[in-house]
Amino acid sequence: MRNPQRTEKIAFFFLFLATLVIALPVGLVVIIIISKGLPAINWQFLSDIPRQGMRSGGIFPAIMGTVYLVTGAIIFALPIGLLAAVYLSEYAKDNLLTRVIKLAIVNLAGVPSVVYGLFGLALFVVFFKFGASILSGSLTLGIMILPIIITASREALESVPYSFREVSYSLGASKWQTIRHIVLPNAIPGILTGTILGLGRAAGETAPILFTVAAFYLPQLPKSIFDQAMALPYHLYVISTQVPNVDEKIRYATALVLLVLVLCMNLVAILIRYQFRKRKKW
Amino acid sequence: MKIETKNLNLWYGTFQALKEVNVAFQEKRITAIIGPSGCGKSTLLRVFNRMNDLIEGVRTSGEVFIDGVNIIDHAADLVSLRKQVGMVFQRPNPFPLSVYENIVFGQRIHGAMSKGALDEVVQQSLESVLLWDELKDRLNESAMGLSLEQKQRLCIARLIAVQPDIVLMDEPCSTLDPQATQRIEELMRELKKNYTIIIVTHNMQQAARVSDDAGFMLLGELVEFAKTEDVFTKPKDKRTEDYITGKYG
Repeated sequence: MRNPQRTEKIAFFFLFLATLVIALPVGLVVIIIISKGLPAINWQFLSDIPRQGMRSGGIFPAIMGTVYLVTGAIIFALPIGLLAAVYLSEYAKDNLLTRVIKLAIVNLAGVPSVVYGLFGLALFVVFFKFGASILSGSLTLGIMILPIIITASREALESVPYSFREVSYSLGASKWQTIRHIVLPNAIPGILTGTILGLGRAAGETAPILFTVAAFYLPQLPKSIFDQAMALPYHLYVISTQVPNVDEKIRYATALVLLVLVLCMNLVAILIRYQFRKRKKW
Repeated sequence: MKIETKNLNLWYGTFQALKEVNVAFQEKRITAIIGPSGCGKSTLLRVFNRMNDLIEGVRTSGEVFIDGVNIIDHAADLVSLRKQVGMVFQRPNPFPLSVYENIVFGQRIHGAMSKGALDEVVQQSLESVLLWDELKDRLNESAMGLSLEQKQRLCIARLIAVQPDIVLMDEPCSTLDPQATQRIEELMRELKKNYTIIIVTHNMQQAARVSDDAGFMLLGELVEFAKTEDVFTKPKDKRTEDYITGKYG
């Protein structure tokens, strides 16, 4: 016998269960990391250099290294990604070249991050002779997050209603003026979303920085973009696998700092996006 | 003659949307173009500010003169053409900006102006669409919060700010209620003193109420063009008569 009400209940149960299964690990990750890491967090941990073979002291150089790397990646990737997205969504005609470029971007997003690391090593570290440096690491991370930024920006640009462009043209605006004054401002929330995703990814990846910038141990901050730097994800990897007898608390505290750093960056961007959303009504 | 077309043809790909259109529009009058959906009336309207250029695969032949200048010419300056020929669209479409910024958009892109000059443009434009008293204290509010009628008036103010002398209206009242429609029509009569207005409408009563001249289009052809009262009371063409008496459309 078919019983639509029962089928409905069963469907609802599985749909809800699937959603719960997604939410559960996220919650557990946060809870475990906070409960195990929070006791080790104090001002010294955040502001001091690592001491005693990284078994005590702080992680300040790693925090700053990650901040530098993420900033560098965004400085490189956001303008290029945005300009490329504007070209692809506003100017490019649908021809073979455009399709090849779009396909390349999709594939770029699918490349494993360790491959970016090797690519960065070959191109920036060796070929351009930047050495293992913040510059090389930032550029490598930047290339890694380009497809995220381009894809999100294109979607944001294409979601701006055609009628806005039409009016702008009808008032005598050129294509670039229309893009500059009408399309881009209305696409900013979506572009920010892409940037958020890119930021989070750049901050958390270990493989791309492994060969291009990351220092095992540096007792001071880098002095220029040609210096090596410590970075949180790599530091976490090092104290978890390479250095024996590191207190579990310190490992979880490092993970917590990385998590909070990424969440804070996201939060800032979400707030900006929220401000734009409030004004948008169409 | 303000606008004159000679043997105007237009194709979307292989589909011919305008066929040998010869028509002349007089200055400072309201001319209505009527006809059933798909007859080419909007296409004709969009020839005059070259908005059809935005669609891929459009081809035009013939000549269109505005103040004696052939605007179909490839060398025609689209920026100054579109400054001269403004357009009001079917759906009120203010930018998601403040009332003030909507009106000064044209000024901003066509060259810098002092704050005082911009303020004056805003006041004059809003006064000419009878919105100044309603909105003078709400200039910095988002235009998206206005009523439909206010939005459409704002759109008219926005194009008046660019100082056109021709205003094209593409079904400007089709999303408005009857009272708002009536008030927009009154505004059109007011604007006629300074502007040449061409309105496309499928509302025959509106054409009869508001226009001085009227043209009837069918399947891309301009079937009839005369003084509005003549078109409605003694149409020369059988097809016009059938349309205005409601036999089809």
